[in-house]
Amino acid sequence: MLTLENISVNYGAIEALNGITMHVEQGEVVTLIGANGAGKTTTLRTITGLLSPRAGRVLYEDEEISGLPTHKLVARGISMSPEGRGVFANLTVRENLQMGAYLKKNKREIAEDMERAYTMFPRLKERQSQKAGTLSGGEQQMLAMGRALMSRPRLLLLDEPSLGLAPLVVHTIFQAIEDIRSKGTTILLVEQNANAALRHSNRAYVLETGQIVMEGASQDLAADPRIKEAYLGE
Amino acid sequence: MPTFVKRLLFAVLVIAALFALNAMLSTQGLFGFGLDDYYGRLLTFIGINVILAVSLNLINGFTGQFSIGHAGFMAIGAYASAYMTVYHAPGWELALAGMVGADAAHVLIFVLAIFIGGLATALAGLVVGIPSLRLRGDYLAIVTLGFAEIIRIVILNIDKVGGATGLTVPGYTNFVWVGVFAVITIVIVHNIVRSDIGRALVSIREDELAAEAMGINTTRYKVLSFVISSAFAGIAGVLFAHYNKFLSTADFTFLRSFEIIIMIVLGGMGSITGAILGAAVITILPEALRQLPTVGLFGQEFNFADLRLVIYAALLIVIMLTRPQGVLGTREFGMNWLRRAQKRPEGDEAVGADTGVSIAERDTTPTADPVEEVKNK
Repeated sequence: MLTLENISVNYGAIEALNGITMHVEQGEVVTLIGANGAGKTTTLRTITGLLSPRAGRVLYEDEEISGLPTHKLVARGISMSPEGRGVFANLTVRENLQMGAYLKKNKREIAEDMERAYTMFPRLKERQSQKAGTLSGGEQQMLAMGRALMSRPRLLLLDEPSLGLAPLVVHTIFQAIEDIRSKGTTILLVEQNANAALRHSNRAYVLETGQIVMEGASQDLAADPRIKEAYLGE
Repeated sequence: MPTFVKRLLFAVLVIAALFALNAMLSTQGLFGFGLDDYYGRLLTFIGINVILAVSLNLINGFTGQFSIGHAGFMAIGAYASAYMTVYHAPGWELALAGMVGADAAHVLIFVLAIFIGGLATALAGLVVGIPSLRLRGDYLAIVTLGFAEIIRIVILNIDKVGGATGLTVPGYTNFVWVGVFAVITIVIVHNIVRSDIGRALVSIREDELAAEAMGINTTRYKVLSFVISSAFAGIAGVLFAHYNKFLSTADFTFLRSFEIIIMIVLGGMGSITGAILGAAVITILPEALRQLPTVGLFGQEFNFADLRLVIYAALLIVIMLTRPQGVLGTREFGMNWLRRAQKRPEGDEAVGADTGVSIAERDTTPTADPVEEVKNK
């Protein structure tokens, strides 16, 4: 579904990504783990067109999307929950969800999708008339994910959804990720929380200083002694 | 169809009210209950400043792009239309008068002047906006300020429009013109803000990257907002030029830009009614302070007329310290008062009974059925 071929990205003279090749298949949850500065966010920014690769191609459903502006991806079925959540602080929860369906014209579908988001995250329904800026971090993350789903994406990109959240909320977020996958949306998950990410994904890539150093089934990686030592703290 | 008729009636009511006010703008006017020229001038300047503040609020308050070049765009509108009314309009008006009568010709010529002023400024807004809006925050502010000064200096060096000596312009503007365009500006900006475009603009203000991720072409919407905002500044410039009857680039320095910014910062960035309030207060305040008496205090004579700029500054500091979001913030004051007036134009009593609950208060009632909620929109 999504393929990165030999992607290299530079920030000026500094090489952030050095020949990354990875792929995400329909119906999978694929996670990209790595330490700070490994290039996780750079990879996502390259997929979403915020950065253009120096070399290599990004293919989505067999079409090249590298260099396409971010706003054109939504119409193609890619949706993103940005790092730091990026909710519209002065809009209400309901208005935030409506923004997620900005390109949708069918009002009945929008209403259905909104109900679905509320079913997935009942907390959002309780707070639907509240301004998003007054929500807790966990609720904002739920809102960012609910909003990203409003465009009915086939591929959902999640940038650090568990960042700065309480363990209980992290659990809720990962439950939601499983839930979204079971309903047929493919997910690329970028995470620092390797433990949770490996438990809730099918396959994983490990990124270190701009290169993919390991890849494989998440279960296998979780059992790998090198991963255990470097990322799982065992 | 009924909504259309109601809106038309509402528009007729507004214009009738403006004509009534205009008729009062002389000591002899309307059964002797007139306002003298001083107040007429003040009211007209409030109207012009309302156009400037409401339009600047579209790009600064709603879209969140801090532009401080409004005076430059005002100058383009003023000079472009003045060029037409000074060099071409007399001949055209004579020719038109033969066909449609003198009064209609007068009106048509000024409509054309406003159109030319607005169009020229919209084009200038497009040319300035496309490169500038790639920048954010302070950088955008500096660039727009720079463009405004460039526009002013260029005009200063065109002898055909008076250069440094200024240009005498025929007086087409009266209070009705200003009032009608102030209302048009408010209605258009209000409709934009409440439309899909408005939601896109507000989302850009809130988080540009997230807005992009929603599928919004942020560059296009920012430029659109900038161009519309500039066009209205140009129209305000046309009205100003033909009211003042004399044009000089000294009227369009960056101080003028700052004055408009102060209006929206004071009233509330992202509030149309706030911008109107700010425009009225900032126009009236220096005049009101001028009229305060001299007071003896601590053996000193305090002349408020001389101190008005100090008081004006102190007041702004107090407001910024106590309400940095402006008097109204992003809230609107009594907008449903207007909306109900549109729905029931016949019921002046019903309108009077409305207490004008703010939108923010109204929205706190959750709608039971989200399906209905979306359908109603």
